[in-house]
Amino acid sequence: MAVATTTAPTASTSGLWSWITTVDHKRIGIMYAVSAFVFFLVGGTEALLIRLQLATPNGTLLSADAYNQLFTMHGLTMVFAVIMPIAAAYQNYFVPLQIGARDVAFPRLNAFAFWLFLFSALFLYSSFVVGGAPDGAWVGYAPLSTQLKEFIRMDYYAIGAQLLGVASLAGSVNFIATIFTMRAPGMTLLRMPVFTWMTVVTSFLLLLSLPVIGVGLWQILFDRNFGTLFYAAQAQGDPLLWQHLFWIFGHPEVYVLILPAMGIVSEILPVFSRKPLFGYAFVVFSGIAIGFLGFGVWAHHMFTAGLGPVAEAGFGLATMLIAIPTGVKIFNWIGTTWGGKLRLTTAMLFSLGFIAMFVIGGLSGVTHSIVPADTQQHDSYYIVAHFHYVLFGGAVFGYMAGIYYWFPKWTGRFLDEKLGKVQFWITFVGFNLTFAPMHILGLDGMPRRTYRYPEGLGFEFWNLLATIGSFLIALGVLLLLINLVKSYRKGAPAPADPWDGRTLEWTTSSPPPVHNFDEIPVVHHVDDFWYRKYGVDEEGRAVRVPEVTGGTVEVEVGGEDHGEAGHDIHMPSPSYFPIIAAAGVVVIGAGLTFSSTPLVGFTLLGLGVIVTLWGLMGWAGEPITKEAH
Amino acid sequence: MDLRVLYHPGVVVHGSRCDVKLPRRKPSPRRSAVRLVLLVVAAVALASCSSVLPQSSLNPKSVETQKIDELWRLVLGIATFIFVAVQLALVVSIVKWRSREGDDTEPRQIHGNTRLEIVWTLIPAVILAVVAVPTLRTLFELRAPAEGDVLRVKVTGHQWWWEFEYPDIVGPDGRPLVTANELHIPAGKTTELEMTSVDVIHSFWVPPLAGKRDLVPGRLTYLKLTPLESAAGEVIPGQCAEYCWLGHADMRFRVFVDAPADFDAWAAAQLEPAQVPTEGPAAAGFETFMGTCTACHQAKVANPDGTVEVVGTRIGPDLTHFGSRATLGAAILENTDEHLRAWIDDPSQLKAMAPELNDLQAGRVLGMPDYGLTPQQISELVALLQSWK
Repeated sequence: MAVATTTAPTASTSGLWSWITTVDHKRIGIMYAVSAFVFFLVGGTEALLIRLQLATPNGTLLSADAYNQLFTMHGLTMVFAVIMPIAAAYQNYFVPLQIGARDVAFPRLNAFAFWLFLFSALFLYSSFVVGGAPDGAWVGYAPLSTQLKEFIRMDYYAIGAQLLGVASLAGSVNFIATIFTMRAPGMTLLRMPVFTWMTVVTSFLLLLSLPVIGVGLWQILFDRNFGTLFYAAQAQGDPLLWQHLFWIFGHPEVYVLILPAMGIVSEILPVFSRKPLFGYAFVVFSGIAIGFLGFGVWAHHMFTAGLGPVAEAGFGLATMLIAIPTGVKIFNWIGTTWGGKLRLTTAMLFSLGFIAMFVIGGLSGVTHSIVPADTQQHDSYYIVAHFHYVLFGGAVFGYMAGIYYWFPKWTGRFLDEKLGKVQFWITFVGFNLTFAPMHILGLDGMPRRTYRYPEGLGFEFWNLLATIGSFLIALGVLLLLINLVKSYRKGAPAPADPWDGRTLEWTTSSPPPVHNFDEIPVVHHVDDFWYRKYGVDEEGRAVRVPEVTGGTVEVEVGGEDHGEAGHDIHMPSPSYFPIIAAAGVVVIGAGLTFSSTPLVGFTLLGLGVIVTLWGLMGWAGEPITKEAH
Repeated sequence: MDLRVLYHPGVVVHGSRCDVKLPRRKPSPRRSAVRLVLLVVAAVALASCSSVLPQSSLNPKSVETQKIDELWRLVLGIATFIFVAVQLALVVSIVKWRSREGDDTEPRQIHGNTRLEIVWTLIPAVILAVVAVPTLRTLFELRAPAEGDVLRVKVTGHQWWWEFEYPDIVGPDGRPLVTANELHIPAGKTTELEMTSVDVIHSFWVPPLAGKRDLVPGRLTYLKLTPLESAAGEVIPGQCAEYCWLGHADMRFRVFVDAPADFDAWAAAQLEPAQVPTEGPAAAGFETFMGTCTACHQAKVANPDGTVEVVGTRIGPDLTHFGSRATLGAAILENTDEHLRAWIDDPSQLKAMAPELNDLQAGRVLGMPDYGLTPQQISELVALLQSWK
C-alpha cells in the first residue's frame, strides 16, 4: 500500500536539526527515554557514592556538605529526571499508537514540554558548578530551605522543580486532550489499553497536584530572595504549611511514578500469559480509585509533626483504604497469570518481579498507616527501604519490563534475551540485598539523611550488605546499557508483532512510520488486535483465525476516507519555536537566581522574556502543517 | 563477612527474646546454604538484644514503646502472612503455568470473575478494619495529655544540640534546672516533654523510649515517656531524626533512666552553682571563660565571697555542670580532657558545622567558632570545665 506522507518540503528526517525541530511524538518519546537513561546513570552514580560513604561507620569519603548535596540531587534526579520522564517516554511513544492516533493533540506543546524538562534538569545540574547543588533534601522542608540566603543552592531547587513542574503540566494537558479526543473509531474508554488508562489517571494527578507545589515553591523563592515571611516562625509564618503543600503534591506524585509502571505490567502480563487481563474493569477502576484516594492521604507523611490525634487518625484510615484497590490490582495480575501459558521472557520476568517487589513495598506502606508504629518508622531507613521497594522494585522494574517489551517496536530489533535474563537476576538479587537490610536498619534506629553513623549501634553489617548490593544493581544497569547499545546496532530483526501482542501498536511496522498507521484502525473490543488474530473454541481456548498471518496484518478499513486522495496524510511540520520558548523560560528561571546581583538578574530575565515571547509568537503565527507547495 | 565475628554466640544476653542458639554443626558444603539462612535468622534474632542494638525500636523500654511494639508485632504478623500467601500464589502460578517445550495448546480465555473480585476486595477491607481498632486506641492513648504525677521537661532544638529545662525543678534562686544533650528522667514515672525549636525543624527520637516527635519553630509539640522500672540505670542513645543540615548526623543525645532516688540526687546536684576557682590553671581558665565563652555560654557560679550569679549568654549549652556530663559535642564524643581540648581548639574538625555563617543579631547560630586560643589557654579551660562536676 503506497502512502504519501506530507511534511514541509525543507524538513529533513535525519541529523541533529531534525531532532531539534521534531514534533513527532515517537521521536520526542525517544528523546525522553535517552535523557531519562542518562540521568538514571547520573542519579545511580550519586547513589553509589552515598553507599560507599555508608559502607563503614564514620565514613570519610564524603564531607557532610557533599553528602547532603548528593542525597538531595539523587532524590530530585530519580523522581523528576528519571522516573517521570521515562514514564513520559512510554506515554509519548505508545499512547497515540495504542489509541490508533497519528500524533498527540498538541505536537508542538509536546516538543516544548520535552525541551523544558531537559533544560530545567540541566539547569538544576548546573548548580554543581555554580557554588553547590541543592542540599535541603528533595522535600525542601522550610524553614531549613529558606534559612541560608548566602547560599543560592535552594534557589536552584525552587526554580528547577517549578520549571520541571511546568513541563509536566504541559505534558499532562496534552495527554488528556489526546486520549479524550483522538481515539480511533470504536475505541470507547473501556476499550482502551490499561497503560493508556493509567496515563489518563497520572495526567489528572499531575494537573491537579502540580499547581499546589507550584504555589509553595514560589513562596520558598520569595522567602529566600524578597523578604516575605511565609515560612518564618518568628514572624508567625508557618513551617508546616510547606509540608502540607509539598505533600498534597508529593503523595499523588508517588502514584504518578508508579501508575504508568502498573499500566505497563498490565499490558505485558496478558501478552506473555496468552490470556486477557483478569478483571480489566476492576484493574482500571482500582487505578482510578488509587488516583482519587491519593489526594486524601498526604498527611501520613506528617505523623510526627504534631497534627493532633484526630487528623492523624483520619489520615491513617485513609491510608489504609489505599491498600484495598492496590490489593485488587495485585490479585488481578496473579489471576491473569493463573491458568495461562507463561512465556518467561525478560519483559515477563521483570513484570513478575514487579509484582513480587511491589507486594513488599505495599505491605510496608500499610505499616505506615499504623500511626503509632509509623512514629518509629518515619524518617528512618525503614522508609528508605519502603519507597525503594515501591519506586525501584516497583516502578523501575516496570519500566525495565517496558524496555524489553517495546524496544523491538522502537528500533525494529530485539534486545538480547539471554543477557536480559542475566540482567534481571543480577538486578533482582542486588536490589533485595541493598534495600531489604534497610528495613532492619530503620527499625534498629538509624535515621535517614545522616552522612555518618557511629560504631556500636549495630548498623555496620547491614550497611555493608546494602553497599555490596548497590554495586550488583550497578552491574545490572551496566548490562542493560551494553544490551541496548549492542542490540540497537545488530540485534535480531523484529517483525511488526514480535510477541503476538494484543494492542494496536503491534499492528503497525517496527519501527512505525512517521504517520503511525496507513489506515486508522476501527476498534471493536478491548485487546482488539488479539481478536483479529484469535477466536475461541467451545472450551474457551484461543484458536488462531486462519486468514490472518502473524506479523503482516491487513488492517480493516472502516469505510472512512482519510486525506483527500484517501492516502495523503498531513503530518504536523517540524518547528524550532518550541525549543526556543523552552530555552527562554529556563533563562527567566536562571535570572531569578541572581537576586543578589540585580544587574545580571534583570539582564537574564529580560533576555528570557524576549526569547520566550519570540518562541511563543513564532509558534502562534506558524501553521501547524506547512503545505508542500 | 563472617556473621559469627559480629554476632558471636558468646554474646549471651539474658532476656526473653535474646536467648538465641546459633546452629553448631560441622560445616558441610551441602548444608552451607541452610546454615547461611539460619545464621542470618539468628543474627536478626540476636540483633534485637539491647546490648547489641542500644538505639533499636524493637527493644521497648517504656510503657509507650511497649504499646507501639505490641501493635507493630500484630501488624507484622498479618503482613507476613499476606506476604507469604501472595508470593506463594505468584510462585505457584509461575511454576504451574509456565509454558513447556512442545506444548502448543492455548489457554482458556478467562476475562475475570466478579465473585472473586468482590471477595478479594472485601478480605483486605476486613483485615484493615481489624487492624484499625487497636491502631486508633493506641494512637489516642499515646496522644492523650499526661495526667497525675508528671515530670515536665522543656526541650529546645538547636542546630545542632539539645537543651533540656526542668521548669518544676527550681533552685533557691528561682532558676530552673537547665542542661544539654543528656536528659535524665526517673524510671517508672511519666515525663512529658514540651518541645520547640529555635531555628529549623528537628525531631526527638529515642527509639526504645518513644516514637519520634518533631520540634517545630513557632509551635509546641508534646511527647510522653514512661520508662519501665526495669530500665533504671540504663543510658539510652537517641538522635535527631529530621534533616537539619550539616550537623544532622551528629545531633545526638543520651537519655539517662535513673532510679527515682538517683534522679533526685542528680537534680539536687545540678541545681548547685559551679565554684569559681581561686587558684591553679582552673582560675586562669575562668578568666578566659569570662572573656570568651560567655559570649554564647551560660553558667551559674558561686563566687569566692559566697554570692551566686548567672554569667554569660544563653545561646549555646549551659556549662554549669559540664564536668558531670558523660559526653560532649551533642553526645558524639566521650567527655575526656583530650576530646574537650580538641573540641575547643577547632570544633568544626570534630563535627560538620558552619560557624562562619553565624549571625547573632539575626539569631542564627550554626556552630561554635574556633577562637584561636593558645594551647595553654585551652588546657586551663579544660581544667576549669572538668572541675565543674
